Amino acid sequence: MTPPILEVVRASKSFGSVKALQDVSLQLRAGEVVCLIGENGAGKSTLMKLLAGVHRPDQGELRIAGRAVEFADPRAALDAGVALIHQELSLCENLTVAGAVYLGRELRTGPFLRQRAMEDGARSALRRVGLEVGPTRLVSSLSPGQRQLLEIARALERDARVLIFDEPTSSLADAETQRLFALVRELKASGVAIVWITHRMNEALELADRVVALRDGKNAGEIEGSFATHDRMVAMMVGREVEHRQRAARAFGDVVLSVAGVRTKAWPQAEVHLSLRAGEIVGIAGLLGSGRSELLRALFGVDPMLAGEVRCGDMLLHAHGPLDAARAGLVLVPEDRKLQGVVLGMNVRENLSLPNLRARGVWIDSAWEHQVAKDSIEQLGIATPDGEQVVSALSGGNQQKVAIGKWLLAKPHALLLDEPTRGVDVAARAEIYARIEALAEQGMATLFVSSELPEVIALADRCLVMHEGRIAGELQRSEMTEEAILRLATGSSVA
Amino acid sequence: MKKILGIAGLLFAVFAATAALAQQADGSNTFLSAYNLENLLQRVGMYGVLSIAASFVIVTGGIDLSIGSVVCVAGCVLPHLIASLGLPPFLALPLVLALCCAIGLWHGILVAVVRLQPFVVTLCGLLLYRGLMRKFTDDQTKGFGSQFADLRWIATGRIGITESFGVPVAFVLLLVVAGLASLFFHRTVWGRHLFALGRNEEAARFSGVPTKRLVVAAYAICSLLAGLAGCLFVLDVNSARASDFGNFYELYAIAGAVLGGVALRGGEATVLGVVLGAALMRVLAMAINIVGDSNQLEFAVVGAVILAGAAADEGVRRLWRRRR
Repeated sequence: MTPPILEVVRASKSFGSVKALQDVSLQLRAGEVVCLIGENGAGKSTLMKLLAGVHRPDQGELRIAGRAVEFADPRAALDAGVALIHQELSLCENLTVAGAVYLGRELRTGPFLRQRAMEDGARSALRRVGLEVGPTRLVSSLSPGQRQLLEIARALERDARVLIFDEPTSSLADAETQRLFALVRELKASGVAIVWITHRMNEALELADRVVALRDGKNAGEIEGSFATHDRMVAMMVGREVEHRQRAARAFGDVVLSVAGVRTKAWPQAEVHLSLRAGEIVGIAGLLGSGRSELLRALFGVDPMLAGEVRCGDMLLHAHGPLDAARAGLVLVPEDRKLQGVVLGMNVRENLSLPNLRARGVWIDSAWEHQVAKDSIEQLGIATPDGEQVVSALSGGNQQKVAIGKWLLAKPHALLLDEPTRGVDVAARAEIYARIEALAEQGMATLFVSSELPEVIALADRCLVMHEGRIAGELQRSEMTEEAILRLATGSSVA
Repeated sequence: MKKILGIAGLLFAVFAATAALAQQADGSNTFLSAYNLENLLQRVGMYGVLSIAASFVIVTGGIDLSIGSVVCVAGCVLPHLIASLGLPPFLALPLVLALCCAIGLWHGILVAVVRLQPFVVTLCGLLLYRGLMRKFTDDQTKGFGSQFADLRWIATGRIGITESFGVPVAFVLLLVVAGLASLFFHRTVWGRHLFALGRNEEAARFSGVPTKRLVVAAYAICSLLAGLAGCLFVLDVNSARASDFGNFYELYAIAGAVLGGVALRGGEATVLGVVLGAALMRVLAMAINIVGDSNQLEFAVVGAVILAGAAADEGVRRLWRRRR
């Protein structure tokens, strides 16, 4: 057998007193897809950053084709053929496509850029990944999926032999995901080695030649792709079997939220009507760009509604803002947690109390604030030493619990959730589901948007499928299958 | 808290060094004389109000470059109303403050509703108001003459404690303003909301914080306080020429706030720190006057101290992060 193209040998890395990685090994062969799974904080990102030259191991070493190497910086890793495809799609938005492909290693004659040559080079790089855009387009005009392909093109242009993907599909629509899968298979066939970091078990099942799990900064097992099952992978990640939740049938109460003739900026022609009963959990599925998030944002009042009205409890909302919606008992946990859901620089206590202070008058009731923060941390199981911890120091799942918890304190009638578990690890995800169901038991009406069909199917009592701004169909719990949802979402007529 | 201790320590060090140097320079105790300390406190009072004004806007993540020009507006309009038009002070003062507040309101609307950049809005304000004032006063000096001594007491007065030393009224005013600002920042919902939107305006909006209204209010309060300081300045020196009255004061104000730990990226401030920062600026200015023969080096020294402070702050932060 040839030596692995890239190898991590017993690497350890600490940050202060936190041992992010302990004695972790990983081998990667040419033409192989290795899926790296693990909960948040398991050490996936640290391992990935070792590979990409962002961090250097305290102990252990990296080997390329059997020879020990040390990357001084990401540039050195790139020169050695190891490229990281970023989660946040970090391309500079104001560049042209060609400029982005050649960023940092522009072709030039003396101080002058060779625009034409770069455009030609970019064109052929884009062709390799099947991205059909002109090299003079601005990056800001590309969709998330196109940007991802652009990042890959950029890595390939530099003769990368190892590509590292970090949660690559988290911002992609289904069609774009499928296209990325196809490209990964092609790259693999051409001998590129791929590390694929994901939270989504289905991706590992579909792509992996090998699945490697990390837990608490250590290797936690490894299985061949053909032997991998959902349960086995989860068991490796959490170190125990996770039981499947069985769900008791619930009775629903009166209509809490009704939406009539609402039109949004995304699809100005399309009207949405829907209603939600107390205790009901309704999922909204649909492709990216089908107007799901825009609908939730308009209902909550952060974006203007073009027309229509929303009734929550006994309040009628029309041309309202978030404050009015919250007063009526309608709240939104938004899609972008770090930008919209929490104030990262403030502590847990301040985040939890933020939307709830106003109702208690002008002066901040410090004793009350500390008390509710303590209660919320306990009830929601937020992993933090206390309320004074800055939210940016929490893991994604715990940040999400804060984002949800702050609104639960407002005692809403209806809860809008936009991608409630995006970037949240398996264990926290289960806790969030359990919390949503417990709230439903107590009569909360919940409307959630999710791009993950298994999530919709597991959680929803009823599923609304959006297509081009309209609700294209409604599926009861018994009718919900991925096929049925996709058929409605893609606009194919129900046969 | 650490930041406040740091700035307090720095203030003490500079103060002690100045006293020692002054002693050496002229052998007498001019710097530590009661007269000089009163003077210092009075100046801290007036400039401190300006720095508190600036911090209201900086906390939102914005900036106000027009503070000096608003000082000029207050400094020219107040004597005009009182001395030239004969308006009673109890009418003239609120009128001037309302005018300044309106200026801030206008800035706030341009920033929060029209969504222009704070830098641009207030830079244009800086030019606009000074230019208008020069036209309005026809470049004549405005003052109260020898009358209105009781009104000028607000800025120049001393509340006697011992025979030789009295607390300047202007400093007492600063304590009142600082107390109110501190309550606003740290004890009211509005303050909390202001800090939240300074850190992340979008997340604040998603939490039902009326961000636009608060930003407008912050600019209005900033200009209102700048106007108050402007009134104090003109009552103190009794003469204001539109071409230079309040020139560069926005920079003193911002420098004092930043020295006092107000983060320019928004969402971080303590009023006590701001007052200490403004005090440090004044001690420095006075030190240069006493120790040096002229104030030629004033800007250079102030610039160097702020730079050193910022570098030390960043250094300490890094060290602390590494230790964790």
